[in-house]
Amino acid sequence: MSDNALQAATKPIEELDSVVVRFAGDSGDGMQLAGTQLTNTSALAGNDVATFPDFPAEIRAPKGTLAGVSGFQVHFASRDIYTPGDLVDVLVAMNPAALSENLRFLQPHGTLIVDEDAFDARGLKLARVESNPLEDGSLDEYQVIRVPLTSLTREAVEGAGVGRKLATRCRNFFAMGLIYWLYGRDLEPTLRWVRHRFRDRPEVRDADVEALRTGWNFGETTEALARSYRVPPAALEPGEYRNITGNQALACGLIAAAELSGKQLFYGSYPITPASDILHELARHKRFGVRTFQAEDEIAAVTSAIGAAYGGAMAVTASSGPGIALKTEAMGLAVMFELPLLVLSVQRGGPSTGLPTKPEQSDLLQVMFGRSGEAPLPVLAASGPTDCFDVVLEAWRIATRLMTPVVVLSDAFVANGAEPWRLPDVAGLEPIEVSHPGASGGQPALPPSLPRASGGKAGGAASSAGTGFRPYARDEWLARPWALPGTPGLMHRIGSLEKQDGTGNVSYDPDNHEHMVKLRAQKVANAVNLIPDLEVTGPESGKLLVLSWGGTLGVCREAVERVRAAGGGAHGNGTGGAHGNGTGGAHGNGTGAVAHAHLRHLNPLPANTGAVLARYERVLVPELNLGQLALLLRARYLVDVVSLGKVRGRPFWVKDVTGVIEEMLA
Amino acid sequence: MNAKARKPTAGDFASDQEIRWCPGCGDFSILAQMKKVLPEIGVAPENLVFVSGIGCSSRFPYYLNTYGVHGIHGRAPAIATGLKTVRPDLQVWVVTGDGDALSIGGNHLMHAMRRNVDIKILLFNNRIYGLTKGQYSPTSLPGHVTRSTPYGSVDAPLHPLSIALGSEATFVARSVDTHTKHLGAVLRRAAAHRGAALVEIYQNCNVYNDGAFEYAKDVKLRSDTLVELEHGQPIVFGAKRDKGIRLNGLAPEVVPLGNGTDASDLLVHDETAAEPTLATVLARMRHPALPEAIGVLRAVERPTFDALVNEQVEAARAREGKGELADLLRAGDTWTVG
Ligand SMILES: Cc1ncc(C[n+]2csc(CCOP(=O)(O)OP(=O)(O)O)c2C)c(N)n1
Ligand code: SF4
Ligand SMILES: [Mg+2]
Repeated sequence: MSDNALQAATKPIEELDSVVVRFAGDSGDGMQLAGTQLTNTSALAGNDVATFPDFPAEIRAPKGTLAGVSGFQVHFASRDIYTPGDLVDVLVAMNPAALSENLRFLQPHGTLIVDEDAFDARGLKLARVESNPLEDGSLDEYQVIRVPLTSLTREAVEGAGVGRKLATRCRNFFAMGLIYWLYGRDLEPTLRWVRHRFRDRPEVRDADVEALRTGWNFGETTEALARSYRVPPAALEPGEYRNITGNQALACGLIAAAELSGKQLFYGSYPITPASDILHELARHKRFGVRTFQAEDEIAAVTSAIGAAYGGAMAVTASSGPGIALKTEAMGLAVMFELPLLVLSVQRGGPSTGLPTKPEQSDLLQVMFGRSGEAPLPVLAASGPTDCFDVVLEAWRIATRLMTPVVVLSDAFVANGAEPWRLPDVAGLEPIEVSHPGASGGQPALPPSLPRASGGKAGGAASSAGTGFRPYARDEWLARPWALPGTPGLMHRIGSLEKQDGTGNVSYDPDNHEHMVKLRAQKVANAVNLIPDLEVTGPESGKLLVLSWGGTLGVCREAVERVRAAGGGAHGNGTGGAHGNGTGGAHGNGTGAVAHAHLRHLNPLPANTGAVLARYERVLVPELNLGQLALLLRARYLVDVVSLGKVRGRPFWVKDVTGVIEEMLA
Repeated sequence: MNAKARKPTAGDFASDQEIRWCPGCGDFSILAQMKKVLPEIGVAPENLVFVSGIGCSSRFPYYLNTYGVHGIHGRAPAIATGLKTVRPDLQVWVVTGDGDALSIGGNHLMHAMRRNVDIKILLFNNRIYGLTKGQYSPTSLPGHVTRSTPYGSVDAPLHPLSIALGSEATFVARSVDTHTKHLGAVLRRAAAHRGAALVEIYQNCNVYNDGAFEYAKDVKLRSDTLVELEHGQPIVFGAKRDKGIRLNGLAPEVVPLGNGTDASDLLVHDETAAEPTLATVLARMRHPALPEAIGVLRAVERPTFDALVNEQVEAARAREGKGELADLLRAGDTWTVG
């Protein structure tokens, strides 16, 4: 490939162990694409990567305005990393609006690459900046690389035969090319992508390729850049890897869970950010027997899933906070029906329409308690993009074992972020056993897409006389049998009115009601026996425990490790600079006393949770809300945990957490 | 039930549950007709599912020895859609009330019909909220005095069949709770239809809206107040079958037969018409200005939602082969470490 020749650098090369880059531009500038390509290329180069796509809710706010700024942050490293980084080493700003929205993310003395063509009077006015930051000295503390990016791109793609408008839209490829040069990234994966994506539009393909190469060459020739950098591969666990976002991993997990349990997958959903990509992904996989249903609203999405569950499918519905609010009545129905159902909640900033594209963890209490009556259900939360796959398998195991709806929480950060995923060995995935009571006279007549009933689990369900099937009989887990319509002899009615235990008949009897309320609660509480204990990293007891849940895992782990490393004298690493003077070696004493634990199971909480909390003098609970888990822990364990709540439409920065840890240890 | 030994009877379809409707409620007679019809439609009881929402009418599934789902208010068509999509082998019925179907559940009703999900929807119209003790409903007539409208309702009522026709339902029919033979025939037709069927059943709530449909129920009155539609036949009614319906422009009008007017002047019913125009004219004939149409107003064929969804799956499998999990996970660029 001639591209290799192109990539033979002539300037000095310096090695780094980690770099954070943020592309920022207009919503129409292709910044998400640039970020995604850099992510994949870096992952293919063997780096560990973590990403934070940071985009507005509007599809195309007026061009050049602050409202339209879209960003994508990529962190790639030669070691294990847990976060997309706090402040960035390199900021690419495609226009003045992107600069003023994103400069606060650039670390002191960081590198700023700007398209100087965009800093004309019009661009400045759209961004509402009075004086040109490129001229007024306000950027003096940064290493500013001014690139006439628009004009160079237009010139470069002239031969491709695209019009002026399309030519301008190749600017992101120029920017990518420049960044690829800066970090010695292989152009080939991106070239491959372009060739495939625009296989039917050769002129666009050629223009993008030219822009990418010209960007690279610009790096090579410009005097503004004296050297380039290399980030060597990370020592990842051996195996086959791909890059995956949280929503993609959720979709894969759902299909895998359906296969492992011999079920057809039914996915009822109504489009909503940031959950829609799960629907988009699943709709492509019909050959796995996936039935996606874009319902008329969230209520139909969940109730159709309940109907599918009654019919014997693996039924799933997903939404974000506002849609979950609409589903709450039906989630109560699923609790009453005691049917397995997965409800995925990809959280975003609330209340109401709130911040549709921004992460928050403020729907924990909604899914815990947002139903009428006593209606507990298991709640799990994914800790990061790749964990979405595992968490779905576990949730479906619990749902079928206990015959209960289960909620899986994700959030915009987990859903849109990407990281390398070591592919699981499919043959090694544990099957999920599901059985349906059969008729005494033989197997039910089911369509071939459904597994045959095995008659296994509901041994006690059919009475000896062969009549009087007991749809609410209980097994050792208090689960009722999952009897499917189509099975002769098991005709039964389920309903939203209170059930008599055993028969499932309508019952208003006070003793029965109290019994059933407690029984349903006990059944969910029994899930504690299906989940592992809470594990602690760091000291087994002592001064401080940092307790994370969901998408804050990475930040909390990184924060605790940094504080510990600082205390232990193991100083600094590539991203150390990202938090400025935050965690210097000032805390020689006491930093060894900080431990970290992560909750994947929010209901029930792991059996040892109370005991673990009691072993530390103080417990810090960072969450992207105003203290929802903290409230639960205080109520449940009477432990006065310290809540660190932030709702700023972005994930925690590591330094947000290290700062508080240091204060608490001081 | 012992299906081998003998033909099933109405009694075989009775569940062991005590029926809790008010004595004299029209729901009893609908249930009785259903039990009579079910043994005749050639579907085994285990392959029947009755899905309902909330309301007096929605208790229906508890009283039938089939599979049944008593859901939440208004959502039965959505529950049924999910069920039928994954289990096209089942025959799925929906039982709903005027409030359940047209008020809280209007959205689901509309979409189930336009998708042509193969479900049979029985809408028990008593022009009142029965279960919540007598508030007015979306089909209550203007001026109706109820507990929530002591000064009379000011709402314009919905015509359930106009909604069905406007939502592209492929089978639209109407009957009356106590018009047993007619109701039985309509239920049989609905059972045989493939696609979304909506049957409006005039149902007397003798506690909160007694007599709402007296004109249609009274055996002496009904030959003049109802027309029984027959496909391909001129629309004739009256005890002596001496009146008919003629179109005057787009408006239907009653004409006496004789004196030079005969059946050839009358509107001829065509339930298979591709456009629902005629059905809409008939659906909107209202007592007392005109006799009201009962029977099958529309019965057309269109591919069903559940069949199309499952065909897409089968087609994808035929084209691309059954999916392999390992390939799915390995999608896109991968690389190997170590
Ligand atoms: C979400 C919700 N809102 C309100 C109710 C109360 N409710 C129960 S039945 C009903 C009206 C039923 O009227 P209709 O559908 O006409 O049935 P009928 O009782 O007349 O057969 C209402 C408002 C409910 N059960 N659930
Ligand atoms: S309230 Fe009316 S509709 Fe309900 S059971 Fe009584 S009579 Fe029937
Ligand atoms: Mg009613």
